[in-house]
Amino acid sequence: MIQPTHSSNRILLPVRGWFIFLTLFVALFLNMIPVGRLPGLPDFVALTLAFWCVREPFKVGMGAAFLLGIAMDVANASVMGQHSLAYVLLGFAASGLSRRILWFPLSQQALHILPLLLGAQLVMLATRMIGGAEFPGVLYFFSSLAASLLWYPLTYLLLLPQFQSMEKDDNRPI
Amino acid sequence: MSVVGQQPPPFFKRGPAPLARLAFFLALSLLCLVLDLRFHTLELSRQAVAMAAYPLQRLAYAPVEASDIVAEYFSSLATMQRENAILRRHQLDTTNQVLRQEHLELENQRLRALLEMKQRQSVPSRVAEILYSARDPFARRVIVDKGTQQGIIDGQVVVDELGVIGQVTRAFPMLSEVTLITDKSQAVPVQIVRNGLRSVLFGAGAGGLELHFLAANADVQVGDVLVTSGLDGVYLPGLPVAKVVEVNRDTTYAFARILCQPIAGVERHDQVLVLGQGEALPPAPAEPEEKAKPSKGKRAKK
Repeated sequence: MIQPTHSSNRILLPVRGWFIFLTLFVALFLNMIPVGRLPGLPDFVALTLAFWCVREPFKVGMGAAFLLGIAMDVANASVMGQHSLAYVLLGFAASGLSRRILWFPLSQQALHILPLLLGAQLVMLATRMIGGAEFPGVLYFFSSLAASLLWYPLTYLLLLPQFQSMEKDDNRPI
Repeated sequence: MSVVGQQPPPFFKRGPAPLARLAFFLALSLLCLVLDLRFHTLELSRQAVAMAAYPLQRLAYAPVEASDIVAEYFSSLATMQRENAILRRHQLDTTNQVLRQEHLELENQRLRALLEMKQRQSVPSRVAEILYSARDPFARRVIVDKGTQQGIIDGQVVVDELGVIGQVTRAFPMLSEVTLITDKSQAVPVQIVRNGLRSVLFGAGAGGLELHFLAANADVQVGDVLVTSGLDGVYLPGLPVAKVVEVNRDTTYAFARILCQPIAGVERHDQVLVLGQGEALPPAPAEPEEKAKPSKGKRAKK
């Protein structure tokens, strides 16, 4: 019987608070870039938030999710509370599943993230449809797919500062 | 907690339980949703956050602007020539009207004065540029580059050279948000040019429009042009809005299903004109004094 194993045995440095803040800020900035109604563009804030909720469930949680949601609601000119509702639920699920998700290799972690992001999108869809908005089309859900494909590069990118060694060694490649 | 006079070690202090936190933040989000959707009372806080985020928003717009400039630079000469030819032809077509317009306007003024009709006032207007469409996939809105600083206020009508494209729904200090007429929540009071039939035009999503609540035998034909009726006091009368493209008269329904296409380039990105508010309409006549309602008992007797 094949059991999933926590194959990465690399010991990471502790994460820095300002780096989490910076990445979330950059994600918010990426989400603000006005690309119009281009479907399939990932929701960077949701993805980064899910990442930190999985990695650091005691540092990033539902409070951060709520604030980011409000920021997104204003930036996106959507109904106040639409993103915050979805992000709070996403934060809860991601922090709750954090111990389980981290046990899997990266590709299967992405498979765990996909339904979480889809769920967040469904929550947003439900709130807006109840509010009487139009259905944006099935392509709307492609953004979650694109986001979960980004999980692999994102993990390396966001963990890069923690890969540094404690002792400075100029001859060491990374 | 301190039964034996000891505090638990800080390792176990993790604040409220996740479920409690979830319930708290969910309640907060739902409160926001209800306040915004039902009571529309969060506009002030939205303005404040939007003002703080304005520099960031302009910064985020920079890459799009840059790509636009590059694309424009590489747009071929042929496109420009074609556009030029079209414009020249258009100009020739309209020259006749333009030359005679002044004369006609004067004549019109005189005739109206003679008829002691209310003069159609010309309203101040302001040219704005559509920067981008809002990222919200559930609504059809665009952002234009003029705001309350330039005298834009909520409710102003936005037109392009062909007709109405939408209405300002949120004016921020530097930007304003225009809801297009194709948005599902947007309604435009219109009348049919051919016979003066009044109705209200709603957005139908997917770039279309729909005339609601017209009887199945209403006198509407494919190709009819709809212009604003001006009855609401917001839209100036006579602005072209849409053209009827399909009329379904299904007798099983009380109302005809009438689909329209906007005349203006609603989904295009271009320069637009934000029209100032017209003069307020005279107040509606007071409701007639209600007569004493017959009691239920009486009605039952009848």
